[in-house]
Amino acid sequence: MVEFNGQKIKDLQDKAKHIRRSIVEMVAKANSGHPGGSLSATDLVTALYFAVMEHDSQKPHWPDRDRFHMSKGHCCPLWYSVLAEAGYFPKEKLFTLRKFGSILQGHPDRRTPGVEVASGSLGQGLSVALGMSLAAKVDKKSYRVYCLMGDGETQEGNIWEAAMAVSHYGCDNLCAILDNNGFQIDGKVSAIMNIEPVADKWKAFGWQAIEIDGHDMPQILAAFQQARETKGKPSIIIARTIKGKGVSFMENVGDFHGRAPTKEETEIALKELQ
Amino acid sequence: MEQLYQRDVYGKALVELGEQHKEIVVLDADLSGSTRTSLFAKAFPERFFNFGVAEQNMMAASAGLASCGKIVFVSTFAMFATGRAWDQVRNTVCYNNFNIKIVATHAGITVGPDGASHQAIEDIALMRVIPNMHIVVPCDGPQTREAVDAAIKTPGPFYIRLGRPKITTVENKGNFILGRSQQITEGNDVTVAACGIMVQSALTAARNLAQKGIRVRLINVHTIRPIDSEAIIAAAKQTKGIVVAEEHTVIGGLASSIDEIVAEKYPVTVIRVGVKNRYGQSGEPEELLQEYNLTPADIEKAVMRIVAP
Repeated sequence: MVEFNGQKIKDLQDKAKHIRRSIVEMVAKANSGHPGGSLSATDLVTALYFAVMEHDSQKPHWPDRDRFHMSKGHCCPLWYSVLAEAGYFPKEKLFTLRKFGSILQGHPDRRTPGVEVASGSLGQGLSVALGMSLAAKVDKKSYRVYCLMGDGETQEGNIWEAAMAVSHYGCDNLCAILDNNGFQIDGKVSAIMNIEPVADKWKAFGWQAIEIDGHDMPQILAAFQQARETKGKPSIIIARTIKGKGVSFMENVGDFHGRAPTKEETEIALKELQ
Repeated sequence: MEQLYQRDVYGKALVELGEQHKEIVVLDADLSGSTRTSLFAKAFPERFFNFGVAEQNMMAASAGLASCGKIVFVSTFAMFATGRAWDQVRNTVCYNNFNIKIVATHAGITVGPDGASHQAIEDIALMRVIPNMHIVVPCDGPQTREAVDAAIKTPGPFYIRLGRPKITTVENKGNFILGRSQQITEGNDVTVAACGIMVQSALTAARNLAQKGIRVRLINVHTIRPIDSEAIIAAAKQTKGIVVAEEHTVIGGLASSIDEIVAEKYPVTVIRVGVKNRYGQSGEPEELLQEYNLTPADIEKAVMRIVAP
């Protein structure tokens, strides 16, 4: 296990809490959006943008930047909150989520600074990340590509076409992250369409599978480091997460996949996230 | 008369252009021999990626490459490029307005013996409804090269539709300008608007009709998006009606494009020569063109219905 500076961990945890508040507030204000899966992946994406990836919000087109693609596009409240926090656009824009004329569309779109490729139609993001990874090979660049996927999303066939190709082309510059929160719109993933054994599937496709607790910051950082140090094959971080993490009445409640909290619920949620 | 495979022209063009444009990458899905991207693969192996039989992955991956500044050529059969991977084309290629050039071969019923599953007769319709997409249907070998050059010069997504068989070069077409049709014969009786292999058939029909004293204005509508509305409105105004000939279903393709323009701007009779809401089947291209009423004689009959209703 790699050692991490305690203060750094604490800072990231605080940042994640702040981003969770922002997610709840923006979805409440929009009265629409997907809080559950945004909250489950918050620690993972916070770690990426504030400790793992090389990027510069003031130079978003810097050619050597690490790339991030959110394949589970419906969780863009998380991405938008992180991008605003990182300085890609002013934070007050967050409260325009899903509104007419906003740079923050209901699903990711290139009109948002920091979003490289639109997403929303599930199952295509790992292919997009593959394209970015191949471009790095062609250009002999050393940037890394990160792709966040949902567990329900991996029911799409396109994901497995991409899984095969990423491994075939030995894309060790690509790291996928599976937000394994166990829920999809219609209920539990295990009941709707079981994806287990997840790690075995990815290993069978030629990947290194790193299983972690997706809310444990030291484990998250160690996993990204292990992925970076592994050569010759791609890595997937299979993160056990809790849908709605951080808000007691949202945790493991399928209903909050795609519903905004009421005014009362929002107040309670923000109190819990202090 | 010169006869060329459009795919040969395409493959050679890629090799030449690949030399000049280092940002070109080429993707194929296990059909590189048939689409001729194999020529590029041999010349520039580090810029060619075979995706195996996985068109959806190929199409979405093209977006990742384009987001990093590549001009991406994506090739497979028309059926799979436009049908199998439609959502990827809509949501990930065109919505992002990326510099991705889909060059699909084996379009139409002249695929021949492979039969219905491989004969894309609805591909133009499928691509035409997607915003940002340019569509070019070259009528012969040399025009294939012109279409590829235009696609490189023009940013944004393209669909270039090529056939399987060798086709006769249409002479004296004039310059190729993206978005402008080419008038091939002059006449004010009836307009024939055609694309792809039907341009040569329409030219034969026009010559036969000329012997009967009927002057056909033949226009090669090689660019279906953006379409040359000006030439179509002029044809509606200056001739008695328009016959549209395409190796495609009569629903949603070139004929529909022209219907939409004349219905809004200057209603005239439009007669559609194309596949009439049927699947294809196995057979030699010539047999199939007969069976599906896509011959010069069929175009002549349609013209006569306007001349002498």
